[in-house]
Amino acid sequence: MTVTISKKIKKQQKKAELAKQAAKKLAKRHRQEKNFRRIGLAAVLMGMLFLVILFTDIISKGYTAFMQTQIQLTIDFDSNRIAKNIAKNKETDGETLYNGNYRKLVSDALYAKFPDVTKRKDKKLLRSIISTSAQYYLRDLAVTKIDTDSRANDSNDLQRNIAIGSGKSAADAESPSAVQYQINSQYVGQKQDIWVIADDLFDMFHKGFYTAEGAESERLIKDNYVTWYNKLLAEGNIRTVFNFDFFTNTDSTNAELAGIWGAMKGSFYVLLVTLLLSFPIGVGAAIYLEEFAPKNRWTDLIEVNINNLAAVPSIVFGLLGLAVFLNFFGLPRSAPIVGGIVLSLMTLPTIIISSRASLKSVPPSIKDAALGVGASKMQTITHHTLPLALPGMLTGTIIGMAQALGETAPLLMIGMIAFVMSVPTGIFDNATVMPVQIFLWSDLPARGFMVKTSAAIMVLLAFLITMNAIAVILRKRFERRW
Amino acid sequence: MSAIQPFANSYLFLLLIVISAAGYFLSTRRAVRSVAGNTSQLHSLPKYFGSYTAILIFCPAALLFFVWSASQNSIILNLLVEQLPPSVFEQANFNLNLFLNKVKNLTFNAVPTSDEAVIAAAQTYVNYHNTSGWLMFAAVLGLALLCFVIAYNQLAPQFRARNRVEFLIKCFLIICSIIAIMTTLGIVTSVLFESFNFFTLVPVTDFLFGTQWAPGPTEHAKYGAIPLFAGTMLITLIAMLVAVPIGLLAAIYLAEYASSRVRSITKPLLEILAGIPTVVYGFFAAITVAPFIREMGESVGLDVASESALAAGAVMGIMIIPFISSLSDDVINAVPQSLRDGSYGLGATKSETIKKVILPAALPGIVGAVLLALSRAIGETMIVVMAAGLAANLTANPLDNVTTVTVQIVTALVGDQAFESAQTLVAFALGLVLFIVTLILNVIALIVVRKYREQYD
Repeated sequence: MTVTISKKIKKQQKKAELAKQAAKKLAKRHRQEKNFRRIGLAAVLMGMLFLVILFTDIISKGYTAFMQTQIQLTIDFDSNRIAKNIAKNKETDGETLYNGNYRKLVSDALYAKFPDVTKRKDKKLLRSIISTSAQYYLRDLAVTKIDTDSRANDSNDLQRNIAIGSGKSAADAESPSAVQYQINSQYVGQKQDIWVIADDLFDMFHKGFYTAEGAESERLIKDNYVTWYNKLLAEGNIRTVFNFDFFTNTDSTNAELAGIWGAMKGSFYVLLVTLLLSFPIGVGAAIYLEEFAPKNRWTDLIEVNINNLAAVPSIVFGLLGLAVFLNFFGLPRSAPIVGGIVLSLMTLPTIIISSRASLKSVPPSIKDAALGVGASKMQTITHHTLPLALPGMLTGTIIGMAQALGETAPLLMIGMIAFVMSVPTGIFDNATVMPVQIFLWSDLPARGFMVKTSAAIMVLLAFLITMNAIAVILRKRFERRW
Repeated sequence: MSAIQPFANSYLFLLLIVISAAGYFLSTRRAVRSVAGNTSQLHSLPKYFGSYTAILIFCPAALLFFVWSASQNSIILNLLVEQLPPSVFEQANFNLNLFLNKVKNLTFNAVPTSDEAVIAAAQTYVNYHNTSGWLMFAAVLGLALLCFVIAYNQLAPQFRARNRVEFLIKCFLIICSIIAIMTTLGIVTSVLFESFNFFTLVPVTDFLFGTQWAPGPTEHAKYGAIPLFAGTMLITLIAMLVAVPIGLLAAIYLAEYASSRVRSITKPLLEILAGIPTVVYGFFAAITVAPFIREMGESVGLDVASESALAAGAVMGIMIIPFISSLSDDVINAVPQSLRDGSYGLGATKSETIKKVILPAALPGIVGAVLLALSRAIGETMIVVMAAGLAANLTANPLDNVTTVTVQIVTALVGDQAFESAQTLVAFALGLVLFIVTLILNVIALIVVRKYREQYD
């Protein structure tokens, strides 16, 4: 009896032990389950975190570039003061006045504002708080130059280029009768309070990128600079306004003047060429491969090839552009046409792959019905399949264009990194594009350019987000489930 | 005459379109008239007759226009060189390319010059240019009219216009798909050709196995690419160490745990990371991450280079997270539900199912995804150009300064060196290596992914 009872107890004890162990193990397994899940969540959150850090970093660095610091000066537009060195005669006509010394107006106004600055070195420093563009701004206020010769900027007239370049017929090249000067009497001869653009360093100091702490010899901002700043600030002579210049200027060596209009227009021309080439070719190739191509080794090869091209590093396309389009065909360097061709080769695979997918999604019943009522194969495609697949193709194209807009490396290879101060007016002009402009500015040491770089990145990202949003809306709006 | 010439050619293309449109209407009218308005007697709809003529007018003439425009400059330059008086070549340190550049700058950009020979040559150039322009004008218009006459005379009620037009369209479609092949062919031939030029200057073995990299214009320049390969591998390794765990775990979480709502928000957000231009990452790496790592290193007493491999690699890793997470996500979703159900039926927890069943089943696809991401990382340019250094150190220390293949390609070609020097041509040899390596990785990845897909379909 006792033996069996003790056996039973032992058995029960063993069972309880096992159950305990099992519960322990189960708890451990559930713990592992929870931990695994947490790790997964952490990975997702980490990805998000990187995104947030990236955006906040760029925005916090760049948002100040959208504001411009201006300084108010009392400018004395005395015509004798402007054109003193050029003409001693009383009759100051428009042209003499236009070519006058407006820098002196700025420095005179500054000396008048700060009469206690007498040392040569200090005067130089004082002059530096105003941007060099101020003199041209004042000039344009005082005298309006009207250029009536429409051919003046036409560089396509080769004969004329030679005439100008060889200096043989300079009179013909810049016929004076074509240019008129109009003196604006509301400024000339008057004393006016004018807001002019501050220099980059002043701008950065005003926005808090530099401090005046620590030993004077070790910092960029000197003590008297701070004194002047405080005086201007106290008298209400400093203001910040929206920086329209950033969107209308081209590249410049002065950070306070550099803008992205030239790069934006360059990007526009490059994308135009890319779109005009890659959309028809991509859609054409997709239609052939999806609807006509027989299944054989050749089409297999084309297919593998396209998938592969989609993964070739973009810089290799740049090498292709350099060797074939620049060196072999002799197309111009730095021109949007070459950039567009290279980028269209690069985006072709994206467009072909997405176009094929959207052609594939059109149900065969529609094609069969069209063929059944006597349409030819080509008519079936152009009248039925293509219109139904078009939204999907457009979505793929927009995504490809967004890719092309952000691409930098292949454009470096074909020389689009030149310093371009003029706004391109066609696909054969020298141009730069937004990502390359960002790359160029990021390399410059001035603090102002770092801010401008971040701001240009914000503009570029705004374009990209818009394009992708359009693609998403297009997909949502026209997507059909059959 | 010379003043209206450029004007005439800029409108030549427009004129061509007008002629084609005219051809369309004339042919349509002729087709309809030939059956006295009873169009059911025609073989095809009248618009096909018109389209046939329009295509036949436009395509050959437009092709001639483009070929002529593209090739005329180099032909004219060759003619010009033959015409140059011998006195030009006898000038002190005469350089033909420099001379021709001066001529081009004068003619196209009105860059001032005082060299009489240049001015004379520019004048000759412009004369040739104008003659060529007029010849092109005449040739293109002549070809268009000739084609019009040929097409117009073919038109008859029983002419198989639709079949012809469809055939021509099909030819266009075939040409479109051949362009993809031509691109690959173009890449291979151009890169191979220039690499071959480079290997005549520097032996292949010196390039592939040399351990010293010091490009330059002198004879003492060294083109051993091992340090570049090592640097590329180091940065790629760092990138993969960041991207693979995060990407894979995120993919598992999104595919197996996340609700569909969370998934629909999170996935596109993660994919934004892949859509951000690489130049932005480069700026972020150079301005924010590199100084941060440097300060962190200094605070624990480590000596960190200002352009460390770690900064570039880590940021590159962030960039390729979505490549791995998206592809892996697709692969994990493709694992059949029956495998999961079987595992749950045996009492396995979710994480055990994932680790023991789903991941082994999805492994080939995940390997494919990682290989694609790897090829992406190797070919990435802007991040390393902006955040990695130029010094070719042969080191495995991630805090040190290394350089990569892509950085050196950019450095070799962004400059003013003569094109035919080893210093420039080395870019193509490096490009060839890059192309071959990424090609192999891509092909393996594509084969693996494709095989895997077939397994469960």
